[in-house]
Amino acid sequence: MAIKTEVKLAGVSLKNPVLTASGTFGSGMEFSQFVDLSKLGGVVTKGVSVVPWEGNPTPRVMETASGMLNAIGLQNPGLDVFLKRDLPFLEQFNTRRIVNVCGHTTEEYVKAVEILSESSADILEINISCPNVKAGGITFGTVPKMAEEITKAVKAVAGKKPVFMKLSPNVTDITEIAKAVEAGGADGISLINTLLGMKIDIRRRAFALANKTGGLSGPAVKPVAVRMVYQVANSVKLPLIGMGGIACAEDAIEFLMAGATAVSVGTANFHNPKVTEEIVSGIEAFLTEQKIADINEIIGCVR
Amino acid sequence: MKYSIGTVISIKKIGEGIFDLRVAEPGIARDAEPGQFVCLYSDDGAHLLPRPISICERDEESVRLVFRIAGYGTKEFSEKKPGDTVRILGPIGNPYPAFTSNVIVVGGGIGIPPMLYLARKCKEAGLKVTTVLGYRDKNTFLDEEFKAYGDVIIATDNGDLGVHGTVVDAIREKDLDVSLVCACGPMPMLKGLSKYVLEKGGRCYVSLEERMACGVGACLGCITKTKQVDGHSHVKNQRICTEGPVFDASELDW
Repeated sequence: MAIKTEVKLAGVSLKNPVLTASGTFGSGMEFSQFVDLSKLGGVVTKGVSVVPWEGNPTPRVMETASGMLNAIGLQNPGLDVFLKRDLPFLEQFNTRRIVNVCGHTTEEYVKAVEILSESSADILEINISCPNVKAGGITFGTVPKMAEEITKAVKAVAGKKPVFMKLSPNVTDITEIAKAVEAGGADGISLINTLLGMKIDIRRRAFALANKTGGLSGPAVKPVAVRMVYQVANSVKLPLIGMGGIACAEDAIEFLMAGATAVSVGTANFHNPKVTEEIVSGIEAFLTEQKIADINEIIGCVR
Repeated sequence: MKYSIGTVISIKKIGEGIFDLRVAEPGIARDAEPGQFVCLYSDDGAHLLPRPISICERDEESVRLVFRIAGYGTKEFSEKKPGDTVRILGPIGNPYPAFTSNVIVVGGGIGIPPMLYLARKCKEAGLKVTTVLGYRDKNTFLDEEFKAYGDVIIATDNGDLGVHGTVVDAIREKDLDVSLVCACGPMPMLKGLSKYVLEKGGRCYVSLEERMACGVGACLGCITKTKQVDGHSHVKNQRICTEGPVFDASELDW
């Protein structure tokens, strides 16, 4: 039985729903020695801004129970290098290029999206939810009116590129933000970014991370993410990229059943550099075992 | 760099909380050079991040890893038995350059193990090797093995053994020629040592460590500040796992 694993995100077809989560996979270069990128539905690149960003002081990462905290602070080389080095690298592979964009101000987001609208990116994912950058970022993703405005502003310059807004779980009601970006004209939604957390080093009587707080990711956050994907799937009509603690095919299928059309795998890459490819084959095995001919049959099947 | 499943050949306790582990993985062992490290992964999915551990020695079949129990992961590795498997990634990072002049090899605490392989390599290259090792007290480890490659000077924090004080105190006291120094150990030691060596006009290479997540250069968790703009992000952050862990001390922004 031929199994169909192809899914569509705002008109862009992916050979399977497995993507990499922004920030955990660079632009695929480093992990390409372990994973055949052409076997993935797409690579979501690390957040890129108009100019290079330095990021936060170290320590930037810390393990926690079934998860980790990070406060990298969106260190990135800026769009010039990204367009010359990273995107051309990804163009060698038969995989979708989803470019994650970050900024401090509306102007910075707009400028980046304007430039990327002329690039080989297939989809733009707009990060309005990074908890580790003080100015901008998160504030756009936690106030519905601002989320709508920033969506409108980037959509106005995105040309034909579908725009997915990446939402923060650090809000009282994520469906409010989802509805706001839908009203702003978003083509899709990515969720969830990390949960704001903190760890204290009791021997040093100090914060474990130099940034004091960091974003929690990994299996610890998965039930929160599945719940939020389900809530958002039932409150907007947009396609969703679901993420948060996916470590195996079964986890990915939970997200699909909750209503995500595609999934991003992040922190799990650190525990097993080959995990993305294993999830692709694991999903196929599950579909075969369950005699499901088309993966689209299970998207949002749990109501 | 290879991601693989290694097999434990042997394990023994060689000091208080310090273990000597040999893991068979020829693909990693054959490529390993002094200063490089591996990542070992916990078998427990609740402990996600790989543990970077320096390569103490190698042969054609296996790597030798000497580590201190610092938490859950290293405790798990210390309880491995011969024949057990462990997921391993490596060899990782840039090694020490190939030297052509006599060298002082310095190790402090759990920074001592990677210097053993370097000392052997330098000795095999026909160089004179002088080793300076810093310990807290008389509970030393690996010091006997360094004697095969040249003179060994010991410094202890409490004065139990050798020079009372730091490795820098020992180097100063013995008035060693510091034209070329390689070191691994705690950050304050590396800072003090490189300041001393650079002021004397010598060259100093240091192995750094930092909290890491991916181990392959993708996550940008383990950066160190440098004077020059880096090739990856075009800021002044080198990745310890990729451009390091060995750095020319004069290039770091301490």
